[in-house]
Amino acid sequence: MAEKTLAGKTVEVTGEGYLVNKEDWSKEIAAELAKEDGIDLTEKHYEVLDYLRKEQAAGTTLTIRKVGKSGITDIKGLYQLFPGGPLKLSSKYAGIPKPASCV
Amino acid sequence: MTEGKETPLKKVLIIVAKANIEDVYAGLIMANGAVMEGIEAKLFFTFFGLDAITKKQMNKLHTATVGNPGMRMPNGWQFPTLLGALPGVEAGVSAMMKKQMDELDIPPVDEFLDMITAGGGEIYACKLAAEMFKLTMDDFNENVKAIITVGDLYAMSAGEGTQIIFT
Repeated sequence: MAEKTLAGKTVEVTGEGYLVNKEDWSKEIAAELAKEDGIDLTEKHYEVLDYLRKEQAAGTTLTIRKVGKSGITDIKGLYQLFPGGPLKLSSKYAGIPKPASCV
Repeated sequence: MTEGKETPLKKVLIIVAKANIEDVYAGLIMANGAVMEGIEAKLFFTFFGLDAITKKQMNKLHTATVGNPGMRMPNGWQFPTLLGALPGVEAGVSAMMKKQMDELDIPPVDEFLDMITAGGGEIYACKLAAEMFKLTMDDFNENVKAIITVGDLYAMSAGEGTQIIFT
């Protein structure tokens, strides 16, 4: 575990940069995490993040198929929003643990 | 001990040559997993594996109930080969497998190909096998990019950090 200062707040992150405590999350922290990967978060991105946070809180195992059927974006759109790692990156910016699904 | 330098995986070519549910899904899951990690993935279907990309067969794949030592009864007993040979048993077992996969959000084959290509993965059919089974692009799912030769496949494998995986 490491500590990191994001949006003026010191938070605990895992070795891969995921927030350890969901409660630390804020829109500003999400924006800074995304910026590190060269992604500027738009409203659409935040809609995906909100969806992921809600589903994760409900105990759902997240898959890109689910996000693709959420009505927010299709799978192609998801790859465009989070290039190179749709579920991994979106989970990271949503402040939830690294996805543990193979699909 | 020698210090090993790791080369990150950049590209995978996955070859599927069988039409059993388990063989096809192994290839699909690995290809989809690759694109989700930002790894370039190409799927090459050959021989009976072509069933997985032909419109007629792709969503009707079966699991072998005869000669499959991995098959077990729900209680863990070995699945008797003679039972597997009875009419309807293979269909029943296959339906059960598909139901269980659906519960884990594993999609049907055609939808899986949509997912993989949405992420930039590419699907190819083997030319020799297509000729053998008299199949053309019209027989294949729209996600199939081209019918290619083995030579074309190897040409696509060029580059550092590439692996060819045979399921």
